[in-house]
Amino acid sequence: MKLTKTLMATTALTVTAGAVLAQDMADSMTLVSWGGAYQKSQVNAYADPYKEMHPGLEVVWDESSNEAVAKLRAMDEAGNVTWDVVDVVASDALRLCDEGLAMEIDPNEILAAAPDGTSAEDDFGDLLVGDCFIPQIVYSTTFGYRTDMVPDGVEPPSDICSVFDLETYPGKRALEKRPINNMEWALLCDGVAKGDVYDVLETPEGQQQALDKLGTIKDSVIWWSAGADTPQLLADGEVFMGSTYNGRLFSVIEEQDQPVAMMWDAQVFDLDGWIIPANLPEDRLARALDFIMFATDTQRLADQAKWISYGPARKSSAPLVGQHAELGIDMAPHMPTDPNNSQNTFLYNYEFWADYRDDIDAKFQSWLAQ
Amino acid sequence: MATYTLTHVEKKPLSFSVPVLAAAGAFAGLFIGTAQGSGPIGFVGGAVMLALLGLVCLTALSNDKEKIARWLILLGMAAAGYAFGALPGLVVGALFGWFFGWFIYWIGEGRYRANLVPYLTPGQVLWHYSFRVICGMIFFFLITPIVVVMPLSFNAENFFTFTPEMLRFDPAGYSLKHYRDFFNSPDWQQALWNSVTIAPVATLLSVTFGTLAAIGLSSEHVPFKRAIMAILISPMIVPLIISAAGMYFFYSRLGLQGTYWGVVLAHAALGIPFVIITVTATLVGFDRSLTRAAANMGANPVTTFFRVQMPLILPGVISGGLFAFITSFDEVVVVLFVGSAGQKTLPWQMFIGLREQISPTILAVATILVSLSILLLATVEVLRRRSERLRGMSPG
Repeated sequence: MKLTKTLMATTALTVTAGAVLAQDMADSMTLVSWGGAYQKSQVNAYADPYKEMHPGLEVVWDESSNEAVAKLRAMDEAGNVTWDVVDVVASDALRLCDEGLAMEIDPNEILAAAPDGTSAEDDFGDLLVGDCFIPQIVYSTTFGYRTDMVPDGVEPPSDICSVFDLETYPGKRALEKRPINNMEWALLCDGVAKGDVYDVLETPEGQQQALDKLGTIKDSVIWWSAGADTPQLLADGEVFMGSTYNGRLFSVIEEQDQPVAMMWDAQVFDLDGWIIPANLPEDRLARALDFIMFATDTQRLADQAKWISYGPARKSSAPLVGQHAELGIDMAPHMPTDPNNSQNTFLYNYEFWADYRDDIDAKFQSWLAQ
Repeated sequence: MATYTLTHVEKKPLSFSVPVLAAAGAFAGLFIGTAQGSGPIGFVGGAVMLALLGLVCLTALSNDKEKIARWLILLGMAAAGYAFGALPGLVVGALFGWFFGWFIYWIGEGRYRANLVPYLTPGQVLWHYSFRVICGMIFFFLITPIVVVMPLSFNAENFFTFTPEMLRFDPAGYSLKHYRDFFNSPDWQQALWNSVTIAPVATLLSVTFGTLAAIGLSSEHVPFKRAIMAILISPMIVPLIISAAGMYFFYSRLGLQGTYWGVVLAHAALGIPFVIITVTATLVGFDRSLTRAAANMGANPVTTFFRVQMPLILPGVISGGLFAFITSFDEVVVVLFVGSAGQKTLPWQMFIGLREQISPTILAVATILVSLSILLLATVEVLRRRSERLRGMSPG
């Protein structure tokens, strides 16, 4: 009883103090991200320099981006949003925006212009999807394979359809446990032209066609759900080839020195970036906006690419991409957007998957269980 | 092993020993064959090999040549193992050789009956040994996953993989870098610090409330005893995820969600049932007339509790406290809901690490935690024995 009273008193005090100092920025900030090497790149490129500019600021990282939508919903329902800036993939940002859980933004107002004066809106260009999303990186989902498991006398795989070719390339494959990307790849390798993939996938017959194609390799597939799974399976030699995010493969190949190579064919581009939760108290919102302004400027986005092989979302950052901070190798050739790597690419089709995701998900899951 | 024999041992006919040995060989061969890529070949190969070995040993090499034969089998299998899998193969082969050398004569000479009473039927003899094998298997399957983790935590690579260097016992394949990572990384240290500050306070609360509740519930005049007991024990029975979601919304309204005290209170609630159960069990052996005697001599209830009752039930209190401590220390579901990123505990950090980057640092932490748990459980066991001794001495 006494404890509750004390706690309530302290809460009341904090609230009043907050009201008095409303113009000031909060002195602690909770950032939500994905953990692992990706979060490390954000700590190095954004959070540490920002903390140097603002000594006394406490930055707390929460590795919850994976379940950001569900958690934000729960926080909103409980009336207790504890996050300030949240890193999510573009499709999650769109969902949060639709549900009113993310704050709508005006890019030209809250984001810095490029050094040459180009407005933020033009600098980010098409990548500004939705009204709430602040793009940060372009990443891709693509395949890596064990170089030492390529059969003798056979060319190493360089074509997406080698994933479905068990005769030439025997061995297990790791695929993500969801229909997105897998369905597109399956249709592409079942004779559907690239431009028609989504038209075909709209129809139940097309969906069945994709599942049937996946069915030809189903017995050889290990399904993954976390980005770290495929690197582990490849390092183990448990699978011959597997899909995952290109930054994970870069880490396996260059940083961990494993006998793995990239197969960039038909890589699927996707975007990742920040959202600010809706209805933050003023002091925390001021802090979040200040951080976002800093962390998404041209130089900071280019800096992040020193730590991880994801392409910066600003056009003006691309020429500034330099070398890996520890390995000293040029990062440009490892970017998914590099011309050599992006000869044949897909862009995650947000509209299609927003409309069909639930339906196809259900079909895919029941197909998996068969 | 007894040095005397209960039953006269005599040599078994080959029509019995050879099939039994073949079956054992097939069983072992199945495992080795599967590990090498083909189960059926291992199955048949193992059966044929052991049948032949048994035949030779039990006819040509029996009696005084037994020692030589067993050494030959050991060396032969070790050499075969070395040919297949270098140093680790050698060790495994030698172990197999040692076992089968013993097994062939144990079966063939009928020694397996030596320590059993003579009137057992063959079925009973079979059951006697299968029972032991089943118990051994259960033990094996419980322990192996934990044991496998330990060497992996000394991996020099950043993956959960036994590298070829590790299997060759090459020192270059091992390193302490994941332990260094644990002790140097601010994230892990913060998580350790959070766990270390949350668990003892939660334990203290559980022990205090749990002990008081147990004492109250064990006196005769409390109404609705069973109902109250059931409610207090419920955190142990209700699925954790339900308690966690409920606490999340309740604590959010109170302003406790995402605070240190919120996590402590939630963990205390989870720990109380353990304390109640252990203390109630200790109280069964506690003689009520002692408190009446103390009261008779003028001690008030508080003095009676601390001077008479507490010392006698202390082992139960401490073991309940240890369980409460382990509960809080190992708990991940509730803290994910009730805590915020500022209260990230060790299990939470491990959960994140496992999902986002499969790093052997988790295994290093797991090894440390397992050692800690073993230590704590050993303490509980010692205390339990002491409690039994004390109960035996108390007048009853």
